[in-house]
Amino acid sequence: MDHPIKRDHTRFRKIVKGKIRDSLKKYISHGEMPLPKGDGTYRIPMPQIETPRFKFGEKQQGGLGQGEGNPGDPVDGQQGDQPGDGKEAGDSEGKKELEIDLTIDELAQILGDELELPNIEPKGKKCIQSMTDRYTSIGVVGPDSLKHFKRSYKEALKRQIASGTYDPSNPVIIPHRGDFRYRSANVNIEYENSAVVIYMMDVSGSMGDEQKEIVRTESFWINLWLKSQYKDIEIRYIIHDATAKEVDEETFFKTRESGGTLISSAYRLCRDIIYSDYDFSEWNIYPFHFSDGDNWSTDDTKACLEILDMDIIPNSNMFCYGQVESRYGSGQFFKDLDGKYGTNSDDVILSKIANKEAILDSIKEFLEKGK
Amino acid sequence: MHRSKPIDGELLKLKDEIQQYAVECGLEFDEVIFEVCDYQSINILAAQGGFPNRYPHWRFGMDYDQLSKGYTYGLQKIYEMVINSKPCYAYLFNANHFVDQKIVMAHVYGHADFFRNNYWFKGTNKNMMDVMANHGTKIRRYMDRYGQDKIENFIDKVLSLENLLDPNVLFESPEQDRRRREQIVQEKRELASDQDDERSKALKSYMNSKIDKSEAPATTDLDLEEKIDHQALNPSDLPTRDIMKFMLGYAPLEDWQADIIGILREEAYYFLPQRMTKIMNEGWASYWHSTIMTQRAVRASEIVDFADHHAGVMAMSRKQINPYKIGIELFRDIEYRWDTGRFGKEYQDCEDMTVKANWDKDTGLGKKKIFEIRKTHNDITFIDEFFTQEFCERQQLFTYNFNPRSGRYEIDGREFQAIKAKLLAQLTNFGVPVIEVESSNHANRGEILLRHIHQGVDLALTYAADTMKNIFALWKRPVNLVTTVEGKELFYQHDGIEFKPVA
Repeated sequence: MDHPIKRDHTRFRKIVKGKIRDSLKKYISHGEMPLPKGDGTYRIPMPQIETPRFKFGEKQQGGLGQGEGNPGDPVDGQQGDQPGDGKEAGDSEGKKELEIDLTIDELAQILGDELELPNIEPKGKKCIQSMTDRYTSIGVVGPDSLKHFKRSYKEALKRQIASGTYDPSNPVIIPHRGDFRYRSANVNIEYENSAVVIYMMDVSGSMGDEQKEIVRTESFWINLWLKSQYKDIEIRYIIHDATAKEVDEETFFKTRESGGTLISSAYRLCRDIIYSDYDFSEWNIYPFHFSDGDNWSTDDTKACLEILDMDIIPNSNMFCYGQVESRYGSGQFFKDLDGKYGTNSDDVILSKIANKEAILDSIKEFLEKGK
Repeated sequence: MHRSKPIDGELLKLKDEIQQYAVECGLEFDEVIFEVCDYQSINILAAQGGFPNRYPHWRFGMDYDQLSKGYTYGLQKIYEMVINSKPCYAYLFNANHFVDQKIVMAHVYGHADFFRNNYWFKGTNKNMMDVMANHGTKIRRYMDRYGQDKIENFIDKVLSLENLLDPNVLFESPEQDRRRREQIVQEKRELASDQDDERSKALKSYMNSKIDKSEAPATTDLDLEEKIDHQALNPSDLPTRDIMKFMLGYAPLEDWQADIIGILREEAYYFLPQRMTKIMNEGWASYWHSTIMTQRAVRASEIVDFADHHAGVMAMSRKQINPYKIGIELFRDIEYRWDTGRFGKEYQDCEDMTVKANWDKDTGLGKKKIFEIRKTHNDITFIDEFFTQEFCERQQLFTYNFNPRSGRYEIDGREFQAIKAKLLAQLTNFGVPVIEVESSNHANRGEILLRHIHQGVDLALTYAADTMKNIFALWKRPVNLVTTVEGKELFYQHDGIEFKPVA
């Protein structure tokens, strides 16, 4: 039987996720996801619910410390924030947070645990060969670091018994060079599923920096998850305003155009990429499209739906559309897609991302189907 | 669910050895039962305040979450835990190095001696293991009857008051307290006296609630509100700092609510002495682990590990003082001063610095003095009496403050008076603002009036507002607060809907 604290723990997690006890919502600090800090470490937030109590205001209080230093030296040895921006220093005190190194795998694991994402069931043939070395056999040559002590000992023992130099009352075994055995590798060939993610983004004037930041964060997590699910993954980027072109990752997030928006241009390019480079029977294909929902004309929207229906949807695992709320966008495109596919479709997943806080929910919407 | 197991073999031998040293050093303690547990169990125990059995509440889950994350990522681990009970329970972490277990055991005997001898612990219930388990059963039963959300929600509200305690209550024995609590609950129930006193309390409370439910199911808030009016308020009760007790006596509560407040209050008071003697308790335990280790227990091969771990525990921080460090140093300083006679009028009045520096009257009273202090003092009196200027300078203490211009905390200075004042201020009322109930019938409207006794630091008003909202939920009439903000006395009210200043 599980310890009762597991129930307290589950309850706490549920409160943090906002599933129960809404009244506590305002006392929850920190989101749930690790934030990359840029230097390879991640901040693991520790969600906390603080019971309101009478307590002292922090700023006036100051404190006591021990150590070297002259008046005016910063206490924590860090550079100050911008003048006048004292909020952070004060607020962060007393809150719990861990800063740690994480590997991509660990990070993906945390993401999967937090969002309760199912593992993806890949489709298609396993066609990518990947070679892995497994140390499953024994050889007579090798580096010291792979020396197999037990086997070496056995060899020496055998030799000594055979040659009559073994004395049971003084069982000292002296191995010779020829006795040493080493672990050696066998090469395994494994066949893996292959996957490609095609990101499309509207870079017309109405997509501001904030919107792009959201797309960037979201794509970071999506990539992370898909990378944890497939051994090899290709990522392609398409930007579009009235015309579309394929770009590299950096350009994808930096470009800002001022033109109008023809979404069909991106879909056409996406279709061409799929047809030319990726055979649907072998590849798992994930087209993601992010925009603020503005399209030039209803005619173009019609063209979009046609390409989706005819070419993109039948050839991909699922088509994901994320609509980033922007002050300028009308959001019409979401309504158009919603009208056609509805929110319950397995092949087309639609998500509205109102702000940064909504990113996680949106990722969950995209990935919870496990396709 | 046996997740911790008694020690045996090597560790048991070690325990006998260390216990022997502790006795020889003059420590007096109740029997200590050591158990070993794995990281998961120790995290669970730590999250539950050291007790294997608590009532269900999400905050234990939260603490567990944080402890396990900290452990998983290798940033923190718990070496030991010790419970103030009789016998004294102590938990050892099974992954500790053998020398660590030695340190921990010696440290635990220090705590056990402190629990038994320090005057502030005289009133604590030494059967708290059972009491906590009973509380768990009771609250689980209420949850079964009224629903988990309802009970948890109520507990959350009461937890807002959990830190508003009156240390004087510690000198009331748990029996007295329990009797009074029973009495209050008893008075509230207008029951015929057909209850047989022979029955167990649990049965009685169970029976009572049954009867209550069937006979008076329609106890509305209105009825209850009327009750306060009729309740003769004892003027000598006010002002009071024991706000939970006040609520028990005078708020319009249902039986189960009163019972829960009583439970939480009892637990809060149980932990209070530990909060009031953190520096002394840890200092004393560290003093003894260091003494026992260096003079008796440590083997040559363990010296480096011991020094390393001891140093880790004593590490100074620039953001807050380390109670272990201040505590142990202060005990050592006192021992040294009383050994050499550096106390009293003659020493104080001596103005020749050379004489003072070489002062040694060979009084040899050090040990006696520290044993005496551990009996009679708490952190505040400890610091107030023995924290000297020389000590302060030796410890390299400084005060720091927030500099709004640079947006960071900066060292203020090393002025002895300021440091001592700040240290004492942090310890005053165990670091919690002093809040008193001044009136239960404010403006003759049955409203409660709280007064914040301002001691130099303002309240965090957003927290005050939410706390008052929770008090309102218990009191069911507006909650008023008098406090001082930036030198001005201000008056606030929470009427259950909003928090607002009152002109």
